[in-house]
Order: sequence, then structure tokens, then C-alpha cells
Amino acid sequence: MNSIILLSALGLGNLFLGFRRSNRLLLPVMMLILGLVLTVNFLDWNQGPQSFFSGMLIVDNFSVAFTGIVLLTALVLVPFSQRYVLDEEANLAEYYSLLLFSLVGAIMLASYNHLLMLFLGIEILSVAMYVLAGSDKRNLRSNEAALKYFLMGAFFTGVLLFGMALVYGATGTFELSSISFAVQNPVNESLRPMLYIGMLLMLLGIGFKVGAAPFHFWTPDVYEGTPTFFTAFMSTVVKTAGFAAFLKLLVQVFPAATAQGVWLPTLTAMCVLTLLVGNVGAVAQTSVKRMLAYSSISHAGYLLVALVAFNGALEGASANGILFYSLAYSLATVSAFGVLKLVADARHREDYAGFNGLAKTNPLLAFSLTVSMLSLAGIPLTGGFFGKFFVFMAAVENGYIGLVIFALLMSMVSIYYYLRPIISMYMRDADDADSAIPVPVTTFQSGALLVLALLTVLLGVLPGLIAGVL
Amino acid sequence: MLTVLLLLWPVTAALLLHFFKGKSARVAALGAALLEFALALYAAGFSGVNLARGGDISPKFEFNYSWIASAGINFHVGMDGLSLLLVLLTTLLVPIILLSAFRRNFENESVFYALVLFMQTGLIGVFTAQDAFLFYFMWEVALIPIYFLAGVWGGAERVRVTFKFFLYTIIGSLFMLAGFVYLYFQTGPTVDGLSVHNASLSAFYNLNLPAETQLWVFWLIFAAFAVKMPLFPFHTWQPDTYTESPAPASMLLAGIMLKMGIYGCMRWLLPVVPLGVDYWQNLVLILAVIGIIYGAIIAIRQQDVKRLIAYSSLSHVGLMIAGVFSLTQLGMQGASIQMLAHGINVVGLFFIADAIERRTGTRNIAELGGLTRQAPVLTVCFLILLLGTVALPLTNGFVGEFLLLAGVYEYNAWLGAVAGITIILSAVYLLRMFQRVMLGPDSAHSATFTDLTGAELAVLVPLIVLVFWIGMFPNTFLHLSEGSIMSILGQVVKR
Repeated sequence: MNSIILLSALGLGNLFLGFRRSNRLLLPVMMLILGLVLTVNFLDWNQGPQSFFSGMLIVDNFSVAFTGIVLLTALVLVPFSQRYVLDEEANLAEYYSLLLFSLVGAIMLASYNHLLMLFLGIEILSVAMYVLAGSDKRNLRSNEAALKYFLMGAFFTGVLLFGMALVYGATGTFELSSISFAVQNPVNESLRPMLYIGMLLMLLGIGFKVGAAPFHFWTPDVYEGTPTFFTAFMSTVVKTAGFAAFLKLLVQVFPAATAQGVWLPTLTAMCVLTLLVGNVGAVAQTSVKRMLAYSSISHAGYLLVALVAFNGALEGASANGILFYSLAYSLATVSAFGVLKLVADARHREDYAGFNGLAKTNPLLAFSLTVSMLSLAGIPLTGGFFGKFFVFMAAVENGYIGLVIFALLMSMVSIYYYLRPIISMYMRDADDADSAIPVPVTTFQSGALLVLALLTVLLGVLPGLIAGVL
Repeated sequence: MLTVLLLLWPVTAALLLHFFKGKSARVAALGAALLEFALALYAAGFSGVNLARGGDISPKFEFNYSWIASAGINFHVGMDGLSLLLVLLTTLLVPIILLSAFRRNFENESVFYALVLFMQTGLIGVFTAQDAFLFYFMWEVALIPIYFLAGVWGGAERVRVTFKFFLYTIIGSLFMLAGFVYLYFQTGPTVDGLSVHNASLSAFYNLNLPAETQLWVFWLIFAAFAVKMPLFPFHTWQPDTYTESPAPASMLLAGIMLKMGIYGCMRWLLPVVPLGVDYWQNLVLILAVIGIIYGAIIAIRQQDVKRLIAYSSLSHVGLMIAGVFSLTQLGMQGASIQMLAHGINVVGLFFIADAIERRTGTRNIAELGGLTRQAPVLTVCFLILLLGTVALPLTNGFVGEFLLLAGVYEYNAWLGAVAGITIILSAVYLLRMFQRVMLGPDSAHSATFTDLTGAELAVLVPLIVLVFWIGMFPNTFLHLSEGSIMSILGQVVKR
């Protein structure tokens, strides 16, 4: 709760800082704000559930943990906006404030206890992202991305809202535990179809937000057109918050065995399709950015595996699996997009060959991209391995062996496209003169990349630090 | 605690190596590896006495730390006789391999040597892990550095070849992981009661799964080992990778890495799914024997020295697999001593192939010939290592292959007889190579060829000493592994 208030207030303050046109000051201030909020957030750890706004928001360990992940992600991501700092024309303060506001939405998604808050959270998060997707004003693709994202997003927001309305109609309440009670003890049996249709529509609405197939069609285009810095934000913060919300919805609203028959097949089908589309789609890409877009779809698929296997509590194996997975995935993705942004800015290309010979010119960039690719592929010694490990373990524990085997096969496919940048960087030489000169990197960015790589390896060596904390 | 030190020292040294530039890096790396060897020798001396007297065979220098408490997964390491034997092999070969690389000037030298040391941690982890998931973890940790060693510093075809190698091995090991996860969910709770399951070796040994389950779990786990060793027909990555890798990486692959597969079979397969092993034993033995003959016949036709050694390695490893799956004491003991012997011989042979290539610029047998006159010392060293590989009595290869063949013969006389052809065939292709390369008519390189330098001799002399030592006093090493082998066999036969 404190973090929501602080972020909103400081976000506003940040806007005022923009009037001074002192772009250089903004980045340190931004990091300070995020660091401060991150600290404040963890003061609520193990304080027991606290409810706010007459129980519309609940702050417990679950919400603190997921808030921690999104704030940490934003904190390590911000250094990569440094190019904008030097660009005098960019309205940096506004971008930064929008980021802070969208973080408020993300935090609400992790701590809602009322469907209204879920809706508000999603909208606060999304509206900021619609603007940021189009922030590269002069670039046609960026405009296209913003428009596409907005139109599709608005449509699926409608679907979500419709679902909520139907659920409200069937149960007479927006409060999570009351809905759950009404689902199990229906007053009027004839309203049941309405409730089920409402549930399914909500499922589709959130499925769109996390980029699950078959609602993924916007993802590659939007990710590609959006300035890389904001793409990184989209594919980490939005996804993590979306899954926190998703899990909470499933656990607290629809746990009843009667309802399982309705959403479980839908969710399982979504999961299988997402894994297939993400992994097979990524193989065919020639642009690293599009590959990362498809890879983010595939990771939504792995997270869905944990969702399918959820065991009815916010502290079970599957909640812990999603927590660990989101953290490992966010760290690796930030570092991948960070390196991509630096390389693409310097070499003006986003294909695999643009990374040729990077190990010779920029060993640090090559190293951190390697760590992040290995982590995304789920190779041991990186956090990504234990992320997949915990998710799959949770699924096997609950009897979804077939699903795990399919996910395992898909992760074998993923090794192919995650190895390609590594091969380009270490085993091929630069193919034009432009690529033979080192990519300019500031000390600040090098530091951020190093921290990201170290955190990823730390998670891969001592997973006990995070595993099972919920 | 000593085991943890053995594990952590190489990786720490690898990190520290970044502070050394150029030539000082190799000296520092060698120093670190020698220190590691000294530690292993201390461990061997400490428990070796105990083992020789037939004392208890439980793992020594144990360290057990709760790694992922909520899942009952422990960082549990320790060394019994068999582990110790392989730790000794690893720590002995790594300094030799490092020393052998001194003559090459690699780009980014400190990274190269750091990766070798890093890999050592993974290898020692595999040989000492007492927890299934730690074993899998270390198994993959060993793969990452060798992929980069072969892929960055390898030959012209390295990108394609190492990609295939990486995919093959990682897919194989994912099957193993799936098998371990399945077994994990069949186990009981941990001692402290924090987790409902645990992944310790002893828990896996006490599973008593029904026979029909073991039949398919066997293949899940065996997939990883079969690719790594490699067993025919999972071998297609092997000759290319051995050939395209730089010499030190080939040595690591053939000298140590393939032993991970054989060790894995002994420790994590046979005692865990004995009924599955019983069912598939025949098939694996037949595949192994096919591999022996196939590798040898293809080796005869090779023109590239390194490729020839690669196929010869395929043939020899087939015999080791056959020995292990004969499930006899002779076969298993033969496999453990042969792991040591093959490691020493193949590293020596790869080194000599590399020495010849550095001097002449070619590995093609047709372009070489008449090198002996200028290089008598090299010729003698080459011949000794070659005869060790051919399994001449008094050399290390003889002890291992004799025991292995005796073991296979004990299981099935016909298979033993066919496998025995390996000795004849290996004499054919190795001596043919020796004759064409060292003897024969003079080639363009004969006049300019130079003999071994002091540094090169420093690599070969310890290897040659070991060729004879193991050949004449094999009991030093056989005693080390005897207790462990007996207890593994006891596990297998119990059911």
C-alpha cells in the first residue's frame, strides 16, 4: 500500500522535475525513487495480511513478493534509458512518470482483492503502455505498435469487463472471497451458465494481457515497433503482474471443483497452444527482437503450466514456481533487451548477424547476453533452470505429466534459437566494418548488466534464497 | 569438507585468472591445477589406506548442506573408492592438458584456461554428487565450458559441429532430468521432515520400483549416458566434435568427459533400476559390441589422424560399456581401471597428433611419412602410448581390456569372442597409422621435422610412467574401486 502511495506521489513529483529540463538529473532520481519504494515495499514482508480501502486491496507476502519483482525489474531496467537522457528533445520526465504510474497498476494487480481493483490495475498498467509503445513519434512502426496495441487492448478490456459484469450478475458481488463463496453455494442454480461464461471471458481478457495464444497476434508486431527500452518493460513487468493477477484470480475465485471443469480445459488448451506458437514461432525469426517477442510468448506458456497445476493456495508449489520463474525470466529478459538496445543503437540492425563478433569488441555485453540466453533456455547454473524446474515439479506433483513432457519438448526446441545469438557473438566474425567497432556502453549500463548477470547466476547456484519463500 | 574444497578451488581459480594477462595466465592456471591434484592425492592417501584393508566403503569427506530446503534437495557430496578413482583421473589429467596447451598461442588465453578450470569443477561435481539433482546440475555445468572451448577455439567446421554436440547432449540429459523427477516423486520424506520427497542417492537405491516402471525409466536415465559415452547409435556427434575441437578440448572430451557417462551408469543407473537393466542388458551389450566393431572398421579407413583417434575411442568405449553391462565383478573392475587407462592413453595420443600437426601443418596421413629420423624421442613416446592403447601386456591397456573381455566372456562367450576382435582391429588401425606417419617413405616434412622439446616431454613423461605403472601394478588402483563395485553389484543382484 505504501508503495502505491509513494509511487504515485513521486511520479507526480517527477513530472515537475521535467519542467527544469534537466534530463541528466532524472535518471539518478528515478533510480532513487525505485530503490526507495523497493525498500519500503519489503517492510511489509511477513507482517501478515493487511487490508486497505475496505478490503479492496490486501497486502500480504504474495503481493509483497510480486511487487518486489516488478520494482526490481524496473530498477535494473532504467539504466538502459540513458540514450534518451542525452537526447534533449525527448520528454524524458513524462516517460519516466508513465513508467512509475504503470508500476502502480502492476502493484495493484498483485494485491487486489476486488474485481474493480483488478480492472483498475489492468487499465492503469495498460494505458501507460499504450502511450509508451508510441513514444518514438517519428517512427512509423512505433505508431503502428501503439495503435495496434491500443485497439486490441481496448477490445480485450471490453471482454474482461463483460466477464466481470456477468460474474457480478451471477454472484452479486465483486469481492473475491464472496464470489468464491457464491460459486460454491449458488443461490440460483439457473444463473450458473452466466457465471461460467463470465469466468471464461475474464480468462480470455487476462490471457490477452499476458500474451497467451491464441490472443498473441499483437505481441510480435507491438514488441518490434515499440522502442526496445519499453519493450523490455512490457515483456517483464506487464507479464509478471499479469500472472500474479491470474494466479490470484484462479486461486481465490474459482477454486471450487465444480468450476474446474469449465476453465481447466480452456486454460490447458491455451497453455499448449502458447508453448507451441511461442517456440515454433521463435525458430523462424531472423530478427533478434522478434525472436525475443516470440520467446516471451513461450515463457507465458511455461508460466501457464504452473497455473494449470495450481493447488489451491497462494503459498503452494505452483505459486512459488511462478514467483521464481517470473524473477528469473525478468532478470534475463531485461539483460537481453538491454544488450539488444545497445547493439541495435550502435549498429542500426536487429538481426542475428548484427551480433557477429561482439565477443571481441564488447566482452561484457557478450557475456551478459550469453548468461541471459542460457537462463531463458533453462540451462543449469542460471536462474532460468530452477524456474523451469520448480514449475515443472509443481505440475508433475499435481499429476500433469503429459503437459510437462510437452513443455520439456518445447524447451528442447528453444535451445536452438537461444544458442543462435551466442554463436553469432563468439563464433563468427563481424561481417561489415560497421560491426567491427566496439558498441558504446556507459559505466552505468555495464554495471547494470553485470548485476543482472550476477543475480541470474546467484539464482542458479543458490535457488534456496527464493524458492519456497511464499 | 575436502570434497567441497576440491569442487570450489578450480572455479575460484578460474575467476581469479581474469586478473592474469597473457602468458602469466597459463602458469597461474597450471599452478592451480597442480594444487588441486595435490589435494586429490591427499584425499586418496587418506582413504586409500583404509580401502586397501577392505575397510568400510561409505563415501568419505562428506558434506551435506540443505540446498533447496522446501524440496528436500541437498548439496550432498562425498567420495567413495570409485569417485576417488575418477577424481584422481580428472585432477591428474587437467594439469597435463593445461601444460599441453602451452605450445599453442590461443586468443584470449586467460579465458581459455579459466574455462578448463571451470569445467574441472563440473567434472568433480559429477563424480562426487550424492544427490540426484546435484548430479544433474553438475552434469550440465561441465557441458557449458566445453561447448565454448570447442566452439570458439575449434577448427573451420566448429559452429555446426559443436551445435550438434550441444543439442545432442542437452536433449539426452533432459531425458535424464525427467527420469530423476519421476524417481524423486516416488521417494519418501527427508530426515528433517521439511519436504515430502528427497533426491538422495540412498533414497533412490531403496526405491524398489515395479519391473514395468523400471523398463521405461531405464531409458530416460540411460539416454543421457548413452549420448555422452557415446553408445552406438547415439555417437554421430562424437567423431566430428573430437576432430574439430582444439587439442585440449578433445583431450577433455575423450579423456574425462566420456567417463561421466560410464560412471553415471555405474552409480545412477544400475543400482537404481536393476530390473530395467536386467531387461535391457542384452540389447545394450549388443549395441556396445556393434560400436566396438563399427568404430574399429571405420578407424581403419581414416586419413585424418585425429579422426582416427576419435573412432578408436568410440571402439574402446564400447568395450567399457559392454564390461559395465556384463554386470560381473571382472567387467566392472575392468571398466573402472580402463577408464583410467583410456584417459591417459587418449590424452597422450591427442597430444602427439597435435604435436605433429603443429610441426607439419597437416593431420592427413597421406601427406606424412618418414618422420622418425628427425624425431626419435617422439617416435618412442608415440609407440609406447600406442601399444598401451593396443593393450600389449605390461601396459595399462592390457589390464583393463583383459578384465573387460573376461567379464563379457563370463556373461556370454560369443559376445566376448566378438568383442575380443577389438584388440586385433585396434592393432591394425593404430599400427597402420604409426607406420604411415612415422616410418614409410620420406615426405615433404621429413627434413624439417623437429623432435620433442622439454615442455612437451614434461607432458608425455608422466603419462608414460603411468602407462607402465598401471600395467605392472594395477592393484594400487583396483583396490580403490573394489569395495564400491562390490556394493553396486550387491545392489543390482539383491533384486
